[in-house]
Amino acid sequence: MSAIGELQRLSAAKGSPPRKRDNKAAFLFLLPWFAGLVLITAGPVAASLLLGFTDYNLLQPPEFNGLENWTRMLGDERLHQSLLVTFKYVLISVPLQLAAALGLAMLLDRGLRGLSFYRSAFYLPSLLGSSVAIAVLWRQIFGAEGLLNQLLDLFGIQGRGWISDPDTALSTLIVLNVWTFGAPMVIFLAGLRQIPAMYYEAASVDGAGRFTQFRKITLPLLSPIIFFNLVLQIIHAFQSFTQAFVVSAGTGGPSDSTLFYTLYLYQRGFNNFDMGYASALAWLLLLIIAAFTAVNFWAAKKWVFYDD
Amino acid sequence: MTDLKERVVPIDTTGDAPPRWTVPQPVRDAGKHLGLVVLAIVMLYPVIWMVVSSLRPSSEIFRSPGLVLDSFEARNYSDGWDALSSPFGHFLTNSAIVVLGCIIGNLVSCSMAAYAFARLEFTAKKLWFGLMLGTIMLPIHVIIVPQYIMFSNLGWVNTFLPLIVPKLLATDAFFVFLMVQFIRGLPKELDEAARIDGAGHPRIFLRVILPLMLPALATTTIFTFIWTWNDFFSQLIYLTDPEMYTVPVALRSFVDATVATSWGSMFAMSVVSLLPIFLAFLIGQRYLVKGIATTGIK
Repeated sequence: MSAIGELQRLSAAKGSPPRKRDNKAAFLFLLPWFAGLVLITAGPVAASLLLGFTDYNLLQPPEFNGLENWTRMLGDERLHQSLLVTFKYVLISVPLQLAAALGLAMLLDRGLRGLSFYRSAFYLPSLLGSSVAIAVLWRQIFGAEGLLNQLLDLFGIQGRGWISDPDTALSTLIVLNVWTFGAPMVIFLAGLRQIPAMYYEAASVDGAGRFTQFRKITLPLLSPIIFFNLVLQIIHAFQSFTQAFVVSAGTGGPSDSTLFYTLYLYQRGFNNFDMGYASALAWLLLLIIAAFTAVNFWAAKKWVFYDD
Repeated sequence: MTDLKERVVPIDTTGDAPPRWTVPQPVRDAGKHLGLVVLAIVMLYPVIWMVVSSLRPSSEIFRSPGLVLDSFEARNYSDGWDALSSPFGHFLTNSAIVVLGCIIGNLVSCSMAAYAFARLEFTAKKLWFGLMLGTIMLPIHVIIVPQYIMFSNLGWVNTFLPLIVPKLLATDAFFVFLMVQFIRGLPKELDEAARIDGAGHPRIFLRVILPLMLPALATTTIFTFIWTWNDFFSQLIYLTDPEMYTVPVALRSFVDATVATSWGSMFAMSVVSLLPIFLAFLIGQRYLVKGIATTGIK
């Protein structure tokens, strides 16, 4: 059902018997895609690997500088800070977001009336969440005189400048990501639909309580979808950019507390035109995401349950 | 927690079974609905508040957390509309051009690629298919530098081409995958029948498959619309001339130019920028939900 399941199946499948080939027709149909692969996706991936070993500022031709970009990373404190910020963001916001998504999906399942209304209400933030407009709103809400502090004031609580305080700035972005739990929730809902109701009926006849049912039926049968959501949301969270950019006016501040990795990459590449270093940074990001995904796939063997 | 409570049932020693001590279903449902409605309100409250605030005098935005409008003020909208170097309509038009180009690009190129992957046999098909799936997860940040160098050498910076041309080349692999899944679900007998009637692949694709895959095309259209409308990273990089700004880039320059001075007009233009997304959501909800349920896209 999912791209990830498809990839797992591909890697497991053995060669199928040869059939009649339509190489010519296939080539024509795939021509645009093929050009895109060479020029827009795979080609640039390879090019940025090469550029990562050069010094390049767009004006002079790139100059090979060996491992300099990579050794420079070791002493680059802003890079370390951006890694720290990004890891925190990913490791806190993704589990919270998925927990909210799963919890709500389970509440909404099982023939609740008004399902489509709730689903829409919870899903809408997922569509709006990545826009500049919502980032503008966030900047107001969590500002020193923003909406949150007005509300806290009603209860006599003294607020603070949530975005201007380095201790809390990142939390406001985590809240924003959790706010967009609607998309994984819809995926969970579709997954829950696939679990036959008779499993629960049988379990309940056997005297299993709700919690046991959740642990023994829902979790194992939903685990491929949980896995899928986890992989996807982690990859997605690593790439977050817009919100941090708008909330911090492009600086990653205060005190680099919202300096997402992608934001730092943008600054190096497109503010400083330090293209060689930015390419090396891009490749590091790719390696980090690949490593996270690989660990996820490895760990999946231990907890993801495949019916077939 | 409720399940634990439920399981502590008073043991029936008398023989005439008393009702199990549980909360009755209607009451439980009412509680559930109450909780869900409160949560929905909490989640949507900030957005609704922004809409309401955009209709208030700027000075009041920092004083009224409520959602009730005392008076109706359209001034923020007229102020915001003309606050930048060009009227906001200009940026809306730019965004509309980019969105339209991307939609056409995705529809044409992705459906062609999907037909090949779903219906044709060719050399190393599995390898290509795997590669295509792999690019779904490829972060744009990894390719943006060489891409920028290429487009800047072509003189395409500050044109819409760097945003549209990649879509004409089926680089949104999500949609290729979505369409492959859809075509696989169509009965193969239809192709066979057309082939017996002497139709070649282009004809089968245009006359048989495309008309049947309208739902997948609709899903692609709506997602492309929303993603392109919201996309900030690549538009920020490729569009630096205010004449060429799209809505997100314009809105961002607005924020930086007018910090804390005119939240009212900033909110007003934010609302304007969200309106198309909201409409797309209302119109295309069915396809959106189907789309994310089958491919897990956001």
